[in-house]
Amino acid sequence: MIQSVLNPAGPQAGHIAALWWLMFWVCLAILSLVTLALLLALFRQRTASELAAPTAIADPARERRATRVVVLCIAATIVILLFFLAASVVTGHRMALLASDNGVTIKLTGYRWWWKVEYSDPAPANHVITANEIHIPVGRPVLINMQSQDVIHSFWVPALQGKRDLIPGSPSAVWLQADRAGVFEGQCAEFCGFQHAHMRLVVVAEPEEQFQAWLDAQRRPARAPEDSAAQRGLQVFLSGPCALCHSIRGTDASGQVAPDLTHLASRSKIAAGTLPNTSGHLAGWIVDSQHIKPGNAMPPTSLSAEDLQALLTYLRGLA
Amino acid sequence: MKEQQPVGPKDIELSSDELHAALDKIWASPRGFIGWFRNVYHKPISTRMIITAFIFFALAGVLALLMRLQLAVPENSFVGPDLYNQLFTVHGSTMMFLFAVPVMQAMGLYFVPLMIGTRNLAFPRLNSFGFYVYVIGGALLWVSLLLNIGPDTGWFSYVPLAGPEYSPGKRVDVWAQMITFTELASLVAAVEIIVTVFKLRAPGMSLNRMPIFVWAQLVTAFMVIFAMPAVMLASGFLAMDRLVDTHFFNPAEGGDALLWQHLFWFFGHPEVYIIFIPATGMVSMLIQVFARRPIFGYTAVVLSLIATGFLGFGLWVHHMFAVGLPQLGQSFFTAASMVIAIPSGVQIFCWIATLWTGRVIVRTPLLFVVGFIFTFVVGGLTGVMQAAVPLDLQVHDTFFVVAHFHYVLIGGAVFPLLGALYFWFPKMTGRMMSERLGRLNFWLFFIGFHLTFFPMHQLGLAGMPRRVYTYLPETGWGNLNLIATVGSLLLGLAVALFLANVLVSRKSGVLAGANPWGADSLEWDVPSPPPNYNFLYLPTVNSRTPLWTKTPDQPVVTGMRSDILEVLVTSLHDATPDHRHLLDGPSYWPVLTALAVGIGIITAIFTPWGITIGAVLSFLALAGWFWPLGEPIADTSREAGPPIQEAA
Repeated sequence: MIQSVLNPAGPQAGHIAALWWLMFWVCLAILSLVTLALLLALFRQRTASELAAPTAIADPARERRATRVVVLCIAATIVILLFFLAASVVTGHRMALLASDNGVTIKLTGYRWWWKVEYSDPAPANHVITANEIHIPVGRPVLINMQSQDVIHSFWVPALQGKRDLIPGSPSAVWLQADRAGVFEGQCAEFCGFQHAHMRLVVVAEPEEQFQAWLDAQRRPARAPEDSAAQRGLQVFLSGPCALCHSIRGTDASGQVAPDLTHLASRSKIAAGTLPNTSGHLAGWIVDSQHIKPGNAMPPTSLSAEDLQALLTYLRGLA
Repeated sequence: MKEQQPVGPKDIELSSDELHAALDKIWASPRGFIGWFRNVYHKPISTRMIITAFIFFALAGVLALLMRLQLAVPENSFVGPDLYNQLFTVHGSTMMFLFAVPVMQAMGLYFVPLMIGTRNLAFPRLNSFGFYVYVIGGALLWVSLLLNIGPDTGWFSYVPLAGPEYSPGKRVDVWAQMITFTELASLVAAVEIIVTVFKLRAPGMSLNRMPIFVWAQLVTAFMVIFAMPAVMLASGFLAMDRLVDTHFFNPAEGGDALLWQHLFWFFGHPEVYIIFIPATGMVSMLIQVFARRPIFGYTAVVLSLIATGFLGFGLWVHHMFAVGLPQLGQSFFTAASMVIAIPSGVQIFCWIATLWTGRVIVRTPLLFVVGFIFTFVVGGLTGVMQAAVPLDLQVHDTFFVVAHFHYVLIGGAVFPLLGALYFWFPKMTGRMMSERLGRLNFWLFFIGFHLTFFPMHQLGLAGMPRRVYTYLPETGWGNLNLIATVGSLLLGLAVALFLANVLVSRKSGVLAGANPWGADSLEWDVPSPPPNYNFLYLPTVNSRTPLWTKTPDQPVVTGMRSDILEVLVTSLHDATPDHRHLLDGPSYWPVLTALAVGIGIITAIFTPWGITIGAVLSFLALAGWFWPLGEPIADTSREAGPPIQEAA
């Protein structure tokens, strides 16, 4: 139930879940009645074992009675549909009420196959860039502005909000809010090629102070390497292919086409929600990510054991 | 002027044995290898279409099983993403374009002439052309899959993923051209159906006496004519974007990625009804036979079909709620999507009322009808749920939708189709299908189906998106996926059992006779299988259930020539006899024209010159097709209608 529609954690998903249960029970009742009528129609008389002679002209009195029942059923259908339509419009209206001036604004960009997450700030130094993990404060509306860098993706965190497509050339936006703290998982919902299955993300909802603390930490440049192993790791990162695509604020690495790694160690997962962020998985990912997520943009890296170990030490220190 | 050909004997001048011999000879399918390609008769051509469609059904079913095996457990490595993406693309494209639409049209092309009492379709050679175009398109798709260049961007091929930048190579071009082929074939079939229904009905079969299956085919044919051009246009734009660097769908150059979605779904939603409406027509036919009474609410059912045909074009945006269109527009499409439940509801109530007031006899075809009603109601209700924009935003592009559309497509079309084949198989082959195997077949199919697709509703609500080749263990989707996979194996077994029943019954089924079910429509008035010429004397009709109200002195049409391919043209509305009309006979030009078109379209995958080559070849083939041969036969066409005489 970690990414379930029916386990809502915010008002948007909550309104939708309420609409779901309303429609579910009404539809279940309709299905039961239709099935009952169908079975009765079949078995109310002893079904014949031989073909009876056809009745080419039906008994008019009986036809009239049947007509009345059918017309009544059609009328009931129309009433129920109108009711559903009203319920749908009311739910849509309630969801639109969340828009607010007091919201947190987040910019989300879809890449094949990961999510770039940005918290902008009037002061350029306070601009935060991270990946695949969105932190939001509990109880405050959040506006997510979305765009796609390549093909169509769709942002979907079922516990918080319905999905919204990220379409190249036409930016879109969605409001959501978490009413309780927790980690809510989601993933891309529009087929986007090879690794559509592994384009996941998490939303971490936490109390305001914790959120602010996280944001402050993310604003800081990367922690400088403290020991010699970490220092060597930084050298490996900068002199190898890594820095061509990734950036680490506070170092010379400023590649723009892959996830920002400034605070890599603070994230719970790597590879867009595919693997837990541990040394072992990180090492496996660096050496041969194609084995884990075939088709992704990161090439295999051949490093000596010592270089790899140093690189891991450095990256694991980027809290 | 050459001498006019001598006028052969008319039917009244011959004894019925002599007439049978004469008609059997003139309407016989040409023999031999070359003859096979020259055939233009509706029964052999549509039998081939049905068999071809079922081959595609079985093949695409195998792909579905491969996908289910891959998804049975999390992080499975049975197939990788590259193959998986090809599997679901080719599965969907095959089921929609190469199975569902063609098989429904083929059932129409087979039975419409028999049900309306004529001898062939209005344009026999065009029909043959359509069949070959369809086969070439299907072969293109499947050969490409076997060569590992199968399309891999989904049956919907959204741009920019399917555009030149993100799908280099020729995979998407194969898909786009396959669309061109199959849509061409269905347009051809639609034209056949419309003209045949409007102009070749038996005297007395006014529009308000047409069998409901014929109405369904007519409505479908009109939908095809309005829907298919949209997708041919879209696939043409896509092919041009990829081949000659146009920018219809490229936002960077002023194109629009959403344009694709509008064009595709303007076709794609009606497509569902193009598959579903003929199936409801079958259901109405079956229900009145097994309830032993005319359908309750004929007019309401026919009006529902027509209403569905119109409304089907007003819903396409409900496939696009997640792109974020303006609120008011979305509400309109919500309302329209709910409104279309009304005509479907009307039909379901009428069917139940027919059973309720009839004297029901349960046979395999009726079992499939009952399975259809239950399954389709479930699918219809989940459809109504998704019409609500907020709910759709949650379940869109998840396994909930996968469940929903398999409920409406398998439930709404394959259940009726299998029932219809159990019903009409005796007419087509002269032998009954095994009832014992049939019941086993039904229950296996019904249980397998629901076991496969019901859990997918829950998977979708639990957050599982569509078109994923695998999923993480911690998502908790493993158990339901495993159940679905087990169900799909049962479903595969049920389809195999159906095919086995067909093959066994074909050889050793009980002889059927002309009308084993005591049915009401004209096709049951001729021997099983129907003779080459269908009707010895063209029939007349005095009610909606002609065989149930046939009088001992029911008139037949006489005065038709026995030595040429003559049919009777009647008026559009009341089907009063108008004139006799000479149809075209066997020809190899249709298959050559189809090859010319095929060479053109397939070459156009690789070079724009393909269009030029195809145009020149098609011109040559059409010149051959239309080359006048000999003198027109006098004594036909535009002569006053023949007298209708009482049966001897």
